[in-house]
Amino acid sequence: MEPRDENREGLGGMANPGRYGIERVAYWLMRLSGLGLLAYFIGHIYETSSILRGEVGWDELMELTSTTELHIMLVIVIGMCVFHTVNGIRVMLGHGGVGVGRPTRPDYPYTPASQNARHKIAIYSAIVLSAIAMVYGSTVLFGV
Amino acid sequence: MRDTITLRVRRSESGDFDEFKVPVQKWTTVLECILHAKQYMDHSIAVRYSCRQATCGSCGMRINGRPALACFTKVSELDSDTITVEPMSNFPIIRDLAVGFDRLFENHHRVRPYLEPGDADAGREHLQSPAELDRYIQFANCIKCGLCNSACPTMATDTTFMGPQALAQAYRYVADSRDAGKDKRLNIIDDSHGIWRCHFAGSCSQVCPKGVDPAMGIQLLRGYMLGFRG
Repeated sequence: MEPRDENREGLGGMANPGRYGIERVAYWLMRLSGLGLLAYFIGHIYETSSILRGEVGWDELMELTSTTELHIMLVIVIGMCVFHTVNGIRVMLGHGGVGVGRPTRPDYPYTPASQNARHKIAIYSAIVLSAIAMVYGSTVLFGV
Repeated sequence: MRDTITLRVRRSESGDFDEFKVPVQKWTTVLECILHAKQYMDHSIAVRYSCRQATCGSCGMRINGRPALACFTKVSELDSDTITVEPMSNFPIIRDLAVGFDRLFENHHRVRPYLEPGDADAGREHLQSPAELDRYIQFANCIKCGLCNSACPTMATDTTFMGPQALAQAYRYVADSRDAGKDKRLNIIDDSHGIWRCHFAGSCSQVCPKGVDPAMGIQLLRGYMLGFRG
């Protein structure tokens, strides 16, 4: 069968997530934070592997990473970690069919039960908790 | 209240938008705007439609960036002087606003969208209580318009994903107490590009014009497969 031009949105479809509500924004943030944490994980393995070069090698890398820019990056990593964890719990429960509502006879204007208040509260909680964690991380890293 | 709007139509041959000034009234729908432009300004605009009452599912398209039925979307509710209509994403374009549904129907057929009677049912009626009916009737409202597949972010990147429409229909039959084909159906969707590819973004449910809530059906079905739900 010949390949068909499916007019796919591709990754560009992830731009402007707000047109589908906060759930799509959460989906978008989940992907971004997942990729960010993967990148951090790889960098973290490289960083900790410097201990193999002894105390001198470790101190050299610590000096290299103790910059304002990298501290800002760490604060972002803290935010990504908290958001990914809290939203991940919401999504995992949802995947098990927990908290997505029950089938009913829909009446106009159809409000999807799976996009209920519990999920919205969980998403906003994930955002607020990650913001709080970032503020706390900033105070620790920058000593404010 | 506006008495004219600018209708921007994506044309498939040029890839550009053509603009038309269209008169509107309080209850004018986007489909009526397109048909006005087609009748009086440019008869070459390709658009598919039929019932004009959100029953046939033919006139799905992206309206101001969001998938919707043109016959079910009033100009007044968009609250904009400019309305942009484009073909649905994640479907091959036939021409202008008309897209091909081959893949949607292929995936729909794959999930065996029909009741499969068991041996014990031979020769007798399928009795069903109202509570048993309520378990699936919401999902039987699907009109196969494809808006859910167009909004789905997984469909946007995965060429082999079955899509929310087919998966929600799989749930519709699995949840039906008269059906004896669950195992076959679950085997079909138990695939890395089947039910496990859904990431619960929920956009499918937000654009469904019939209140089907495919995201709910998919999660309930996944819960059933994981053993969380009976």
